[in-house]
Amino acid sequence: MAEIPYIAAIEMAIHGEMERDDSVLYFGQNIATTENDKFLQAFGPDRVRVTPISETAEIGMAVGAALAGYRPVVELYMAEFMLVAMDQVVNEAPRFRYMTGGQVTVPLVLKAGYGFTAGWAGQHTGTIYGMFMGVPGLRVAIPSTAADAKGLMATAIRDDNPVAYFHHYLLTLIPGEVPDGEHLVPFGEAAVRREGGDVTIVALGYMVGLALEAADRLASEGIEAEVIDPRTLNPLDLKTILESVEKTGHLVLVDQATRHGSASAVIAADVADEGFSSLKAPIKQVTALDATIPYSQPMEEYLLPDVDKIVGAVQQVLGQAPVTA
Amino acid sequence: MWRIRHFEEQVGVLKRADQVHGLIHLSVGQEGVSASVCTQLRDDDPVYSGHRAHGHCIAKGAPLERILAELMGRDGGLCRGLGGSMHLVDVEHGFMGATGVVGGNIPMALGSALAGRLRGGDQVAVVFFGDGAVQAGHFNESINLATLWGLPLILVCENNGFAEFTPRSAHTNVERVSDVVAPYEVERETVDGNDVLAVWEAFGRFLAEARKGSGPFLLECLTHRLRGHYEGDPGKYREAIAKADWQEKDPILRLQRHGVSEGWFSEDDVAAVERESLAEIEKAEQFARESPFPDQRLIAELVYA
Repeated sequence: MAEIPYIAAIEMAIHGEMERDDSVLYFGQNIATTENDKFLQAFGPDRVRVTPISETAEIGMAVGAALAGYRPVVELYMAEFMLVAMDQVVNEAPRFRYMTGGQVTVPLVLKAGYGFTAGWAGQHTGTIYGMFMGVPGLRVAIPSTAADAKGLMATAIRDDNPVAYFHHYLLTLIPGEVPDGEHLVPFGEAAVRREGGDVTIVALGYMVGLALEAADRLASEGIEAEVIDPRTLNPLDLKTILESVEKTGHLVLVDQATRHGSASAVIAADVADEGFSSLKAPIKQVTALDATIPYSQPMEEYLLPDVDKIVGAVQQVLGQAPVTA
Repeated sequence: MWRIRHFEEQVGVLKRADQVHGLIHLSVGQEGVSASVCTQLRDDDPVYSGHRAHGHCIAKGAPLERILAELMGRDGGLCRGLGGSMHLVDVEHGFMGATGVVGGNIPMALGSALAGRLRGGDQVAVVFFGDGAVQAGHFNESINLATLWGLPLILVCENNGFAEFTPRSAHTNVERVSDVVAPYEVERETVDGNDVLAVWEAFGRFLAEARKGSGPFLLECLTHRLRGHYEGDPGKYREAIAKADWQEKDPILRLQRHGVSEGWFSEDDVAAVERESLAEIEKAEQFARESPFPDQRLIAELVYA
């Protein structure tokens, strides 16, 4: 065990997997800017390749290499840059196995940061995993802690499906206790970050931290919240969420995405479908407003979920505050 | 080539009889390139193609009956009925697929070539595409990266002067695909795509170099598309190609005339080849018709590995 930052934990996982398995490749723009780069030093220029600014070619090439038995990790830096290559991300990589009747697998990882709501403005701060959650054939991971960042990356690399791995930029330097050596977090297993009997809060990525803060505040008012971190959106551990809702009868979801592009909307629909009899109140979502993240800081804050809004939502579902517009 | 020609003709018939479902693109008239290129390759040389892929798939060695079964949506098809015409894949013979997105798999061919390079050995990747794909951003990204890394990849452009429903001049100012890639200094050549021997020779030369690790190469094959963009479109712009005119250009007929006059084979030999191909196609159709449709449970098994 060691306390290391989230970003270092991710790199540790990639490094570890590349050591373990020669077929793991790592490429992307600017990933090794000097000869002393530790990946380049350890694994050489065949396996670690700097690419031009050509997301479609990068990801397409990863698909071709994956079809040939390699396991590429593509560094995309920003989730928005995946949008540049949507044909490869949605139409090619995840569909190939199925369309060939199972003749191939496409093991690859698309590593992309998201949500950098620190003034990086409209095109660099989106939370867009909701767009990918429903793509058949694509797995989606969203680690919220350093340990999970390492464990989910290792699992992603070993998974035979294409994986969209979204790491939150505001978590980059946040440290956490990370196991040494091989550490795998399975896909499709939510983590219960805090137990409680009054309300279930499902929080995604960076929102987990906010939800835990909100839970502390609620506790001082006598409300015990159960905070669940799904860790992967696909596969989604709906079972853990339903079990929690059965216990608490109340559900609030917190997602930094815009309301109608959110993953929370999909999860809420699944719970409404399969867990309706457990619910004692309507499901509430705390999301960003349906708008592009603005540059100006007070505007940014206005748009995004925060601890106050989460506390407010919980109070609403518990019938303790009037419903606001 | 006769196998391809007659196969495509029969697919057209089956399509009109509603036995082949959905969107298909026939390559009647373009058999020369498929045959000259693919028959020089091995099973472990991965080949990618566009949406007009039946000919490439056949020439690469995929069994006719499994291609036809796929087109008829059967479980006995190459892709168990889940892919169809635009997603024909036969991994066993190195046919890594047709694609429904124009040029969508050109970057993927780079990945295959990279894998070949990393493994050592002399495997070569090939990707077919039409002139229409050349204007897409991903084509230029791919040429750039392939030349930057010198990948053992041969790009074969079947330039039939039309993309979907409009002539090349409506798509770009640059008439020749070879001129589009000139700034990247990729080794390239333009040949008459309907001259089987010319394509054979040029591709063979590039292949020999690529097997030694050089690349990429671009072979532009000037050819003509006989039927419409997809089976069912009127093809009015085809009026210019008169029947007699086509007889001169037809890749199969040209090779036959040449071969017979050179004494390589006789008219009887040619007739025998045609008969055999027709018989093979009849058997393929029987196989396809007898193959069941895929089980619904297959979906759950195949979405994720």
